[in-house]
Amino acid sequence: MNDILEGLVAAFWLVVTFDPDLMQISLRSLQVSLSALVIASAIALPLGTFLAIRRFRYRRLTISLLNALMGLPPVVVGLIVYILLSRSGPFGVLGLLFTPTAMIIAQVIIITPLIASITHQAMRELWAEYHDLLISLNTSGWQRIKTLIWDGRRNLLTASLAGFGRAIGEVGAIMIVGGNIDNATRVLTTAIALETGKGDFALALALGFVLIALAIGINISIHWLSRTEREGRW
Amino acid sequence: MVSVMLPLTLKDVSVRRRGKRLLGPVNLTLNPEGLTMIVGPNGSGKTTLLRVMHGVERLSEGSATWAVPEEEARHRQSYVFQTPIMLRRTVADNLRYPLQLTAKPRAEIEELVHHWLKRIGLDARMGLQATRLSGGEKQKLALARALIRKPDVLFLDEPCANLDGASTRDIETILRSALLEKTRIIMTTHDLGQARRLAGDALFMLHGVVHERGPASDFFSAPQTAELQAFFRGDIIA
Repeated sequence: MNDILEGLVAAFWLVVTFDPDLMQISLRSLQVSLSALVIASAIALPLGTFLAIRRFRYRRLTISLLNALMGLPPVVVGLIVYILLSRSGPFGVLGLLFTPTAMIIAQVIIITPLIASITHQAMRELWAEYHDLLISLNTSGWQRIKTLIWDGRRNLLTASLAGFGRAIGEVGAIMIVGGNIDNATRVLTTAIALETGKGDFALALALGFVLIALAIGINISIHWLSRTEREGRW
Repeated sequence: MVSVMLPLTLKDVSVRRRGKRLLGPVNLTLNPEGLTMIVGPNGSGKTTLLRVMHGVERLSEGSATWAVPEEEARHRQSYVFQTPIMLRRTVADNLRYPLQLTAKPRAEIEELVHHWLKRIGLDARMGLQATRLSGGEKQKLALARALIRKPDVLFLDEPCANLDGASTRDIETILRSALLEKTRIIMTTHDLGQARRLAGDALFMLHGVVHERGPASDFFSAPQTAELQAFFRGDIIA
């Protein structure tokens, strides 16, 4: 209990004094997770919508696979990305290992199936509602996807926020591919792991509280900006 | 001007699903003008026939042919469903949607939207979410959305089912205007009064086939078959 209280006080002081290290780590966390979120959403939202509206061979298998990939162990993803980006790996020449880009790649792989799967579920229901109308209006496949994404944006926002939650709280994969290098690839989660290892629980907790505040703040900001809960809006 | 899309010819059309025949065989030609009313008991194949004509129901046998290529015909027709499907958008955006699918200039879209909003009496509620409208308002909006692209042919599947008298009257007024503008209308109904008021010619569907057909004047005043006579009496037809 004492540690938690100390953590809260330390978090408060770190924030009010604009601690430079905290700012740098927090900004990097946001940069990595938001970049991963944008890239993963650009892939997963159309993919999930496509799976909801198109019938093709092996569709069920694809959906099952996507659902299974939601449970990808981040450490394994980190290991695979590490091997691919290491000097002896196929993408070693790019020199991306132990950079924020490598961390973004790992996070994209982890959260894309999650966002796509939630999108598929939401879009399947909306497609059932819109199916007859959109067929009747002779819409093209792309027009259907655009319409569903726009009209289902509230559900898609939830899908993306779930992805963001997973990304910002992820530690295993980014520790492996980022290396937790000070001033380069250290983010909030890897810093928490480091401080816990060093026994500085108060600082670890302080960073943890900042992480929680960031996650909640981003969620509230996105909901506010997209005006999801206002009267008569979706 | 009378549409060049018609006549529509259905030849030996059948629809089967899971071994059960839902429609057919149907042989039918629809001429270019007027309003064709399709009546019949529940499960007689009215909606399936309408969907076949609209091209959204897969045929098991036979063919449905317009006087113009199929792709062109698909763009020149609209369909209003029994339960109106509202896009999760505002009233005005529901009207904009079918126009936005085409490459119409924005100014023209806005002009048409405002014209139709006034025509259906929803101009004061244009910013409201369409799903918040009453049943009658939703159906009027669905009808306006179907007509805003000036289709040559309009299909309506029991558009006034579950609506009150005032809403039914409003919808019939819009349909009469559309008829004056030479829109070809094909609709189903359970309301025989409405069928008498609007029909130019009529079809009686029973067990998936066209059981009787004729000009409205003869169809309603002198039904030929015992089944249609029984239907008009309100008897239960097995």
